[in-house]
Amino acid sequence: MTALLRLDQVSKVYNSGTVALDGVNLAVDAGEFVSLVGPSGCGKSTALRLVAGLGEVSSGQMQWSVPPEQRQMAFVFQDAALMPWATVVNNVHLPLKLKGQSLRACRQQIYQALDRVALGDAASAYPRQLSGGMKMRVSIARALVTQPQVLLMDEPFGALDEMTRSRLNQDVLDLWQQQQWTVLFVTHNIYEAVYLSQRVVVMAAQPGRVVAEVTIDVPYPRTEAFRTSSLFNQYCREILTHLAQAEAGGGPVPMSSEESAIAG
Amino acid sequence: MVIKSPKRPSTQAKSTVLPAATPQSWRWRLGQWLLSPDVLAPLVVGILALALWDLAVRLLELPPYLLPGPILVAQTLVREWPRLFPSLLITLQITLAAFGAATLSGLLIAILFTQSKWIERSLFPYAVILQTTPIVAIAPLIIIWLRNDTFAALVVCAWIVAFFPIVSNTTLGLNSADHSLRNLFELYGANRWQTLWYLRLPSALPYFLGGLRISGGLALIGAVVAEFVAGTGGTRSGIAYQILMSSYNLQIPRMFAALIMTTTLGVLIFVILTLLSDFLLRHWHESAIRREN
Repeated sequence: MTALLRLDQVSKVYNSGTVALDGVNLAVDAGEFVSLVGPSGCGKSTALRLVAGLGEVSSGQMQWSVPPEQRQMAFVFQDAALMPWATVVNNVHLPLKLKGQSLRACRQQIYQALDRVALGDAASAYPRQLSGGMKMRVSIARALVTQPQVLLMDEPFGALDEMTRSRLNQDVLDLWQQQQWTVLFVTHNIYEAVYLSQRVVVMAAQPGRVVAEVTIDVPYPRTEAFRTSSLFNQYCREILTHLAQAEAGGGPVPMSSEESAIAG
Repeated sequence: MVIKSPKRPSTQAKSTVLPAATPQSWRWRLGQWLLSPDVLAPLVVGILALALWDLAVRLLELPPYLLPGPILVAQTLVREWPRLFPSLLITLQITLAAFGAATLSGLLIAILFTQSKWIERSLFPYAVILQTTPIVAIAPLIIIWLRNDTFAALVVCAWIVAFFPIVSNTTLGLNSADHSLRNLFELYGANRWQTLWYLRLPSALPYFLGGLRISGGLALIGAVVAEFVAGTGGTRSGIAYQILMSSYNLQIPRMFAALIMTTTLGVLIFVILTLLSDFLLRHWHESAIRREN
């Protein structure tokens, strides 16, 4: 089976001379849930942006095995990125509106997406009236409404409390299985990465590079019990070891950023 | 735009969604407002100042041509109202025309600036030059150039004074759209006009309205200054002409009355624009939302 997306020796150098990515290889299969973890500045967000088509690859190649119309992409950012002047419905409508579809024409779609994230009742609320977790769910509904094949998530739950985060993790997993998405999930929280993914790509900073890939060989649906199992800890320790090794062998990475990345 | 949910909101949802600020009890809120320190404090200061003014005039036996007492000014205001009010309306017309022109041109120029960095680089310095040129100095020129249409000349003068805050504020607002949202728009393939219409303009609205509030007052000042310079006679003369004539004739109470009318008009313009701003931003912007605690 050919990978849906393949990054071949991809590098990204910004105009300032910063090497954000250096020779990254990565293959993602259709329907796969892959996480990118690593400390701040390891280029995981840059990699996601390149996949999204924001910015050009400096060298190397990025290849899709399907034409653009079969890889409808949707995005969820760390901050929910909602328009404060628009109601929940209008926020969810945005991707469709940009394609020229009127609110009336896709009303049903929007309410379906809202129901799926249990926000049907908040449809006419404004973002400032919602909690952080609800805003994130609006953001997910906005991704859902485009019926994407590929979902790109950039530290989507980084700013949320632990309980909200684990509930939303569960929601994302359910939706992933239901919708048969391909998910590329960027996070600095290795526990979240292990819990969610089929495969965790470990990255290191200066220059941003992939140092290891860890396959999480645990069937879905994954339960809360998995979070506290010894197997779970084993995977986390493996990833931590990779991160520590990369730090020891790599350049002068400031301690604090590594620590905060591991502490999540 | 508020879209009603097809379902009745359940009580559970109500507990999680905070109530929106609705203008449900207008009268009650007006009453509260009139009794609030925001109104009472300046009112007390105003009354005290008037009393002090009156006392000073009486005790020092100042002649009205030096400083008229507040009661005399009030009497003059009532007596001269039929002559002063039409003049005020003319000034108001000039102000409104200049303000409208400033709003429209300011908005369009700001949009133009944000469409291309080159346009902004090339033109912005000239907008600043226009702003910093003393209007008193160039008003005579403009009046000479447009000598066939004094009204237009006065409007142009007031426009020059009023349009810069709108340009600079709106440009700032158009450029301060949230970065994540900008990325989102780009990722979903929004074109330039969609980004402008659905993202940049709404983001700029609070800044634009802030600019309007400044410009409203400036348009009036610009109109008055231009009238002073023009010193137009005839039937269509504004309030500044009345102030000028009163001071020439040492009708100081009348001058005070005209001044009070002008100032009141300025305050009125400001209040209306503030209300407009609060109304347009009531659902989402921090400036228009009461803190809920």
